[in-house]
Amino acid sequence: MKTVIISGSVVGSKTRKATTALKEKIELLNEHEIEYIDLKEYDMPFSDGRNYLDYGGSTTEALTKIMEADVVYIGTPIFQASIPGPLKNLFDLLPPDAFLNKTVSMIVTAGSLRHYLVPEQQLKPILSYMKANIVPGYVYILDQDFGTEGIENDDIMLRLNALVDNTFNNAEAHKTVLEKFDESFGF
Amino acid sequence: MKNNNPHIMPEIDKSKGLEFGLYTLGDHLPNPHTGERIPASQRIKEIIEMAEYAEQAGIDTFQVGESHQDYFASQAHMIILSAIAQATKKIKIASGSTIISTSDPVRVFEDASTIDLISGGRMEVIAGRASRVGLYELLGYNLNDYEALFEEKFELLLNINENEYVNWSGEFREPLNNAHVIPRPENDENGLPIWRAVGGSMASAHKAGLAGVPMYQAHLGGPADAFKSRIDLYRQTAAEAGYDAEALPVATAGFFFTHEDTLEAYRKYYPHINEGMKKSNGQGFPKQGFAQGQDYRSVINVGDPELIIEKILYQHELFNHDRYIAQLDFGGVTLDDIKSNIDIIGEKILPAIKKYTKPQEEQ
Repeated sequence: MKTVIISGSVVGSKTRKATTALKEKIELLNEHEIEYIDLKEYDMPFSDGRNYLDYGGSTTEALTKIMEADVVYIGTPIFQASIPGPLKNLFDLLPPDAFLNKTVSMIVTAGSLRHYLVPEQQLKPILSYMKANIVPGYVYILDQDFGTEGIENDDIMLRLNALVDNTFNNAEAHKTVLEKFDESFGF
Repeated sequence: MKNNNPHIMPEIDKSKGLEFGLYTLGDHLPNPHTGERIPASQRIKEIIEMAEYAEQAGIDTFQVGESHQDYFASQAHMIILSAIAQATKKIKIASGSTIISTSDPVRVFEDASTIDLISGGRMEVIAGRASRVGLYELLGYNLNDYEALFEEKFELLLNINENEYVNWSGEFREPLNNAHVIPRPENDENGLPIWRAVGGSMASAHKAGLAGVPMYQAHLGGPADAFKSRIDLYRQTAAEAGYDAEALPVATAGFFFTHEDTLEAYRKYYPHINEGMKKSNGQGFPKQGFAQGQDYRSVINVGDPELIIEKILYQHELFNHDRYIAQLDFGGVTLDDIKSNIDIIGEKILPAIKKYTKPQEEQ
């Protein structure tokens, strides 16, 4: 499946490390086409409501990759009990129903367990509005799960494995449902 | 309340029923059924041929829109219209939409007026703002001025249209001091019918009403009833502004495709719309929404001739509009399919909708 992994922060390194670990796991499966988008590598303008094809340059390239994906993994830190501005801007740059017929999954890095429900209450409503097929569970990763090289907690590694399985399983099922639905129209 | 509309109105003979037209945006997309894309030269010639064929079928108007995006061949839409003016004799022709925001209204008027002279007085202009914005950079304008550019330039276009000598100053071009703008159309008013194109925005319909200019309402999909609110707002605003709202023409524009078998019409046209929109707009057209076109209440006019007649009559009942224009060539439709659509329009659809939309006393 066409898979896009987004690291949704322009500062820090933990979301990048977590999404990189995820990317390596998916690469090992050797069956998906992967695009990795680290927002830190981009200088995206603020959304002004235009069609995403009209921004041009690397912004339109990144947005097109997302629009063409079947599966999107979103990595995000928690800032002020919400998602960071650059990630919200990325959503704003996309069309309102950009995630229609896409399966979307989340991994979250945070400094405290107190923010455990932030993705549930801040990120999921946006994804729902944008018509995503949302994978219900997410992996929530704390500072202490990271060592100098990356994630050093086996529990997190196993949770990431499960997230990858659940996401592609969900996407496969959704694809079958969509095909059946498409055929039902008779044209 | 009569004759208090300040602008030049198109001549629409209501005693003949709803006007029926065709419009093309001049898209230049591959045919999704074959994957092949004809050369731009062929596409442009086919647009001209479509206009000639439409005229022979008795269709009232033919309209070409301006686009500067990839997958379009209508950057110089006025030049295509000029060729159509020469190739036809009686069909009305219109530029729609002309993106007035990114053009000099003096040049737009000169071009359109010249086409009016070539065509023997058949030209109209429909001015719009563009739903896509690549042309702002291409033509040297700042997108931040999106709204202001349109309003100023549209007003100037109307001013030029109504005054042979123009005194004007504004923000986005040098002033005009007693400027003589010619050639003038050779009609009583020495001007052209100029419409305002309205998309999904209530604010835009409101402004059309405030200005008392005729309104073109474009629609993609959804229930016809949803578009009624904009047309109602337009008429209500115009009436409140002191204009004769009943004498202000309204036109609607949307997808159209007909075939003797409704499902076959969907089988044929849906890939053109879906694949065409993916390429030109970055997102396909949801199949479920398109399939709802089979319900008479949906504004997507795709189906067998009987269904289309039912739909257009229903839309006329809701909107009481003066003109409907059909987009039947989007996304690489072959000239053969275009012609067979026009044949069905001429033989079945046109006679029926004309008959049933005439005023009662004429029937």
